Amino acid sequence: MTSTILAVDPVPWARGQMAFTLAFHIILVPLGVSWAFLTLIANHRAIRHDDSDALLLAQRWSKYMAVTFAVGAVTGTVLTFEFGLLWPRFMGRWGEAFGIPFLVEGLFFFLEAIFVAIYIFGWKRMRPWPHFWTGVPVVLAGIGGSVSVVAANAWMNTPSGFTLDAQGNLDTVDPWGVIFNSSMPLNALHMVIAAYIVGGFLVASVYAVGMLKGRNDHYHRLGFTIAFSVAAIAVPLQMGVGDSLARWVYNEQPVKFAAIELVATTGSDKPEILLGRINDDGEIEGGIPLPGVASILSDPSTGTATVVQGLDSVPAADRPTFSQVNTVHLAWDVMVGTATLLLLVALYYGGYWLFRRRLPQSPWFLRVAACCGVLSVIALEAGWVMAEVGRQPWIVYHYMKVEDAATGNSYVWVTFLAVVVLYAGLGYAAIRVLRTMSRRARDGLSTDDEGPYGPSGPIAGPIEDPVAGEAP
Amino acid sequence: MSTVVACILFLAVIVYSIFGGADFGAGIWDLLAGGARRGRRPREVIDRSIGPVWEANHVWLIFVFVVLWTAFPTAYASITLTLFVPLAFAALGIVLRGASFAFRHAVYRTEEQRVYGAFFALGSLLVPFAFGCVAGAIATGRVPAGGKAGDPWSSWVNPTSLLGGVLAVVAVAYLSSVFLVFDAGRIADAEMVEYFRRRAVVAAVVAGVVALAGIAILHADANDLFDELTARALPLVIVSAVGGIASLVLLLRESHRFARVAAVGAVGGIIAAWGVAQWPYVVPQTMTVDATAAPSGTLAATVVVFVLACTFILPSIGFLYWLDQQDALPEEGGDDGIDLAVAPGTDPGASGR
Repeated sequence: MTSTILAVDPVPWARGQMAFTLAFHIILVPLGVSWAFLTLIANHRAIRHDDSDALLLAQRWSKYMAVTFAVGAVTGTVLTFEFGLLWPRFMGRWGEAFGIPFLVEGLFFFLEAIFVAIYIFGWKRMRPWPHFWTGVPVVLAGIGGSVSVVAANAWMNTPSGFTLDAQGNLDTVDPWGVIFNSSMPLNALHMVIAAYIVGGFLVASVYAVGMLKGRNDHYHRLGFTIAFSVAAIAVPLQMGVGDSLARWVYNEQPVKFAAIELVATTGSDKPEILLGRINDDGEIEGGIPLPGVASILSDPSTGTATVVQGLDSVPAADRPTFSQVNTVHLAWDVMVGTATLLLLVALYYGGYWLFRRRLPQSPWFLRVAACCGVLSVIALEAGWVMAEVGRQPWIVYHYMKVEDAATGNSYVWVTFLAVVVLYAGLGYAAIRVLRTMSRRARDGLSTDDEGPYGPSGPIAGPIEDPVAGEAP
Repeated sequence: MSTVVACILFLAVIVYSIFGGADFGAGIWDLLAGGARRGRRPREVIDRSIGPVWEANHVWLIFVFVVLWTAFPTAYASITLTLFVPLAFAALGIVLRGASFAFRHAVYRTEEQRVYGAFFALGSLLVPFAFGCVAGAIATGRVPAGGKAGDPWSSWVNPTSLLGGVLAVVAVAYLSSVFLVFDAGRIADAEMVEYFRRRAVVAAVVAGVVALAGIAILHADANDLFDELTARALPLVIVSAVGGIASLVLLLRESHRFARVAAVGAVGGIIAAWGVAQWPYVVPQTMTVDATAAPSGTLAATVVVFVLACTFILPSIGFLYWLDQQDALPEEGGDDGIDLAVAPGTDPGASGR
């Protein structure tokens, strides 16, 4: 290939493109995983209590869900391409192990795609209870699919289930060992619960906004309560799982833990530092240190005497750079901070119900609840950044570095820019379409033909949409 | 075992080419259907035809990729390193097509539908062309061995690859038009049956002409492939040719159900012929199935997943197709009943407007 000034080092661009497309996709994932569950709760209530609002909610949710599922499906397909286009050397060498969880994921995704369509088609064509049960595989496949993908990601952190030959190539592969690698169970649980938290809070925030705008009726209260309750129950569970996971990282990935806790040198009595950063000389600057807390949390049984391994324990080339360490630590602070806020809101919500036997509906609570959707997405993104950047410079922990995995194609910057433009359009269009659907539903116009899987309607439709384009 | 996995892989390629291909072809007819008013009825048939399964059909592609990178990783690395450009275009087309098809269903204003419709159709054209080029590049041995990059341009900008691209486009358009004749018949729209039947006949002739021209191109540009296609793979080439001619005859005699079978034979036959022609190579003439295959544990996992997929997915797809053919339950009413209940003014959700 002729080299020109446009041919630049592909590694940072490949990394940027992968990060960007994953950051986008990971917002859609929780909706794909948990919205079906919320829909089934509404569906169940509709049948059990003959609640027409719940039925309406379930029907609309299933269609909105289909739109987010469709967008998630294409952004997921892009990731499938990117594994090869951006990381061919990684796939070439490790695909025979790393690929196995994706085989399983493909199976779940296939089932999910089919049953989403069955569930939506079934509204008109099946009796209520059999139809309800066709939604269950969507929920299960959503969980199974995300567990599979997380298994692949966990494998990058704790590669296992293979042996190498003398040249360092894969010799034998044990599929169970690959899938059930040591970090998979906690990571998968953490992600599935996160999906229910983010999905619940995101959906609830839409109804909180609706109630704040005065649409304080049974329909909106129900939509809010179902979604918010699921998320509020999931948050305390997540705190427990997250705590176990942090301790697991302390034991199994001490260098990542050192980056998370901003520990420069190995030692005991390490403080938990809120904010702060590590400078180019490897010294900790600023922040609010809580004396001994990092050591205590790492192993409460030995308290402040717990020794925490520092960044200095491995050569610089084998650990994240200082700027990456700062990213990891900041992401950790953001994740724990937002999660703590969400926990407080969830506890208030639960406590209110426990003592007053009804749900809080003051405007202030609703304003806070409306922010929870965005807050939970921030927590999700921060957690993901922490996990991925904390693994650097490795793509397969202790086996292969990111720089050795990337494509040699020096025009990745072109696809990176194209992807940013394309996804910006995709995100804008998806939100606009969902808003249009919701507004039409609110105005009592037919929602019959909506949704990508629904029985098709007139394609040219009514020429005039009375409300489109005039967002309130 | 590597042979079994290679067969599974190629089976998935064929299934994707037929079902995914028919969806792309439908998008091409959507593109050619004319303005909003004129193209309204053909587009209704198209939407009805691909509506319920448009997502599931494309999971086959993911399956192809995953099996390729899991079972034949070095071949996958070579392919993605060399064919970065057409694969990137295919990905672009898939995003445009998938998202805009979903969005078009959910918006009501004609201008918006037109925008999404255009992206949908553009994507439908781009993807088969790009994959056709990829197939041509692989089949002619322009992808080097051992996870190395070949030439980023000449690997797919060459007579055989471009033939592959054009042939893929006309083949999916042809296949899809034959499907659409049948689907229009199913909803008893005689005018649309005739509409798509005329187009199917034209598409069949065009596809046949391109295939014939392809013989000359392959003879000049890809001798090895040509030799195998005319030797070991000849029976399948004949199946494809007979299928194509038969579908044309059946279309003219208005036997739409069998025309559909014949068209599947025509498209499936030529792809199967490609597979047989390049056997035993994953990437001719350097990487054989046996030599590039993953360790046995991985291959076993692939076979197990495939068996599970057949066990669970085929009945589910069958159920979905069956459901699609059912009439709505009259007394339950589903959406209809609910939407009547929330006519403007009575919609509880509209109170804050």
